[in-house]
Amino acid sequence: MNTAYEPTIGLEIHAELATSSKMFCACTVVDSTQAEPNIAVCPVCAGMPGVLPVLNQRAVEFGLRVALALECEIPPTSIFARKNYFYPDLPKGYQISQYDQPLARNGRLAILTSQGERLIRVRRVHLEEDTGKLTHVAAEGGGYSLIDLNRAGVPLLEIVSEPDLHTAEEVRAYAMALRSLLRYLGVNSGDMQKGVLRIEPNISVRPAGSQELGTRSEIKNLNSFRALERSVDFEIRRQSELLRQGKPVVQETRGWDEAADATVPQRSKEEAHDYRYFPEPDLPPLALDPGRVEQVRGRLPELPIARLRRFQEQYGLNAYDAQVLTAEMEVADYFEAALAAAPGAAPKSLANWITGELFALTNQAGVEFDPQRVPAQALAGLVQMVASGAINQSTGKAVLAEMFRSGRPAAQIVAERGLEQISDRGKIASLVRETLEAHPQQVKAYLNGKETLARWLFGQVMRAAQGQANPLVVQEELEGQLQRLKKAR
Amino acid sequence: MQLCDLPAYQLVEMIKRRQVSAVEVLESTLQRIQAVDGLPGSLAAEGGALETDKVHAFITLTAERARRQAEQVDEAIRAGEDPGPLAGVPFTVKDIFCVRDTPSTAGSRILANFVAPYTATPVARMEAAGGVMLGKVNLDEFTYGSSSESSAFQPSPRNPWDTSRVPGGSSGGCTAAVAAGEGPLSLGTDTAGSIRQPAAFCGVVGMKPTYGRVSRYGLIAFGSSLDCPGPVAHQVRDAALMLQAIAGRDPRDATAANIPVEDYLARLEEEVRGLRIGLSPDYFRITYPDPQGEGFRQEPLPAAISDAVMRAAGRLAELGADIVEDVPMPHTRFGIPAYFVISRVEAASNLHRYDGVKYGYRTPDYVDDLNEMYRRTRAQGFGPQPKLRILMGMYVSAAQYSQQYYTLALRVRTLIRGDFEAAFDPAGRYRLHALLTPTTPTTAFPIGDVYGDSVLMQYADQLTVPANHAGIPGISLPAGFDEAGLPIGVQLLGPDFSEALLLRLGRAFEMVTAEDAWRQRQPPVLNGVRG
Ligand SMILES: [Zn+2]
Repeated sequence: MNTAYEPTIGLEIHAELATSSKMFCACTVVDSTQAEPNIAVCPVCAGMPGVLPVLNQRAVEFGLRVALALECEIPPTSIFARKNYFYPDLPKGYQISQYDQPLARNGRLAILTSQGERLIRVRRVHLEEDTGKLTHVAAEGGGYSLIDLNRAGVPLLEIVSEPDLHTAEEVRAYAMALRSLLRYLGVNSGDMQKGVLRIEPNISVRPAGSQELGTRSEIKNLNSFRALERSVDFEIRRQSELLRQGKPVVQETRGWDEAADATVPQRSKEEAHDYRYFPEPDLPPLALDPGRVEQVRGRLPELPIARLRRFQEQYGLNAYDAQVLTAEMEVADYFEAALAAAPGAAPKSLANWITGELFALTNQAGVEFDPQRVPAQALAGLVQMVASGAINQSTGKAVLAEMFRSGRPAAQIVAERGLEQISDRGKIASLVRETLEAHPQQVKAYLNGKETLARWLFGQVMRAAQGQANPLVVQEELEGQLQRLKKAR
Repeated sequence: MQLCDLPAYQLVEMIKRRQVSAVEVLESTLQRIQAVDGLPGSLAAEGGALETDKVHAFITLTAERARRQAEQVDEAIRAGEDPGPLAGVPFTVKDIFCVRDTPSTAGSRILANFVAPYTATPVARMEAAGGVMLGKVNLDEFTYGSSSESSAFQPSPRNPWDTSRVPGGSSGGCTAAVAAGEGPLSLGTDTAGSIRQPAAFCGVVGMKPTYGRVSRYGLIAFGSSLDCPGPVAHQVRDAALMLQAIAGRDPRDATAANIPVEDYLARLEEEVRGLRIGLSPDYFRITYPDPQGEGFRQEPLPAAISDAVMRAAGRLAELGADIVEDVPMPHTRFGIPAYFVISRVEAASNLHRYDGVKYGYRTPDYVDDLNEMYRRTRAQGFGPQPKLRILMGMYVSAAQYSQQYYTLALRVRTLIRGDFEAAFDPAGRYRLHALLTPTTPTTAFPIGDVYGDSVLMQYADQLTVPANHAGIPGISLPAGFDEAGLPIGVQLLGPDFSEALLLRLGRAFEMVTAEDAWRQRQPPVLNGVRG
């Protein structure tokens, strides 16, 4: 008999906040994957004796934006705490974090999956500082480690979900929705490769119907959504298999081995760590008066889920199109700018041009979406030319490719290449007549009942027009002339 | 009388009037140091035993740096500029403050080779005011002690009134230096009494300002929620002058108060008539846990000390102050146990950064394991006092004990503050402007007497630590001598930011006792030196 197993998954997400200076000192935040090591370090973030932290209010504001966007409760006071442990990338020997009184609690985030929409509860959101980076160098006669403190003291926001997720698809949807939210709020670039967004799922599996949660494992070092989804999938299968064989699941931290397509145990700590949290005496409690919270709330942009719903209602888009358009704020803005510039255009058609053609061109070029590459007004111009019949759909695609390549407007490309669509009824009538005269055998077969030849004849007309004839007019004219020939018999 | 024996405010006037140059004042002070200080503290620790009649206040004398600063002061004056309110005043700094390009050791082997890359705010402010830093003076290792004996840099400071005795601590180097004329001002720190207790032992003025009144930036932390930098001086006016220079908000210290600094000098000599001064029986006994078992034991203070406080109250009453007796301060006796917990939790965490990775001492032993490097570095680098504090701090902050100790200690702290709030409440029963108490339960004890028994040593702070818990200011004033000729200190405690009032009361006491015979004594270490 096959027992069903039910996975329970929670996510801990660490997002670097894109402030210009560090959390507790005036050092500039640099791209720690690019910058010269230890270029942005001062006595404070190097943990020199006698230094004191001073809270970056911008980081608080960024944290608040996220907390409010996640519909969290914001207590009037939150408290920084010291998390004590030894490691060379932690210059003070403790990390300033928040413990029992975090910035925010009890929020939620809506996600969309193939199963529909679900609300995932967010347990807490808190501020803390990042650590430095160690590089271990193997060398003859013993290796050594290098420390780069550029990242030490960079503000981090930790966002902890409740264990409300049950599938790898949901995990991915939640992580992507959160990433989208962070980018909308302008607080994080979402670049997992650079480590500014770190996602750590914790996963347990239990027999369906069981009340108790199973033993959980945590996965660290995931640097893509693909790795996230695959690792969660793997872990669910691994744990279910262990349970099925009656073997225990060990509580541990595991890493993702991309090459092996598997999670692997990471060196487990000798003992459970007691971080001996206590309130950070160097920072007064962070008091947030309601006025300040409301001010930040008032400046929140329209959030991805709200925009998605509005796109569905206002523009009649389906959920899929609306989600693709709203996942990135700049795409959604681009769509609305183009729509405003082409008032007559059908939203669905415009959505297709963006998510179909334009995204394809962007992917082929291997670049990020750039709203300036084909400005929204230029796309609107193109879409209007297609809608008005000045050019047809396939010409339109070719023109867009040229616009993407050269940056020139559609009208210029069309005029230069003589790509305007033939819609003139007289001209098309003579094209049809010429085509029928050129293919008497096929016309005869048609008149004898082989009606499918109408499609072939249509193709011949379009070919004669070098694809520039308005297909609707061609269709009408062709049907008319064939009818007349039928009657004439 | 030599230049180095003059109070700071007089030196400033003389230097500004060009009656004497800053360089001359400095040279006089350096000569005094040469004459009385003996070997500076060092890790080698040899030879100190031979100099039993010296003060040994210094760890690092920065004479050349001081000469350059003094010359700059003189140049400014020649150019008609004002070098500031501390123009040309030589001062010492407890070696717990970072001073750029200067060894900043905290009296510990683990920081013996550490040269600070920046300057602590209070030191920078004194220098900006024209002060001339003489160097760094000795202290208990990381300020953990009440005798200055626990420094890794030996010999430890001696009491100028009796060099067989301790100067108190942890700012023992500061108070010994001031008492011996090695600079009229010194910058100390007070976590449980570390300015006031050695000030009492050495017969000088020492003030712990309100928590947050003086920036802690650059002060190597002990108990971060208790540490206060403050002035040590011969006279109250000098303490006021120095506090004026160092007080005020600091964008580098989030716990520094954002409240305007009063003018401490303007009303310094105003009369004290009508001010209400309290006396509390809870400050005239020492209460400590019974080492044999449960409960507390109580002992009265030595008569010489109680008498000195009562005499001081009498003199203030002569000036028209109202003396209010029997003010209850019932939580005073819990001050030390609560302090044990809070300060050690903070200290253990504050000491985490000394790990041999970035700066300071690292074990010379070859080890290929990170944890082993940490263990050996810290085992070799820390002396017994930091180790005791780390052990206890780790223990009481462990997850399973934290509620029972740390959380409870914070509650006790609130109760202690409550005692003061009730006493100072302008609408309350006592409506005190200040509480007058003994500073210490004993006068200076002999070197080696109490050292090692850190619990007993800690009870030397019983009468000073409540102010640190409550965050309020306190000042210790010289108030006479005991039978052995050792200085006795009295303490005035006031509400938050009442420094100006405490200084005014202190100055009034100073003036009314100016002609007393005890005021005319000088420390024996200066016999034959002062001329
Ligand atoms: Zn920094």
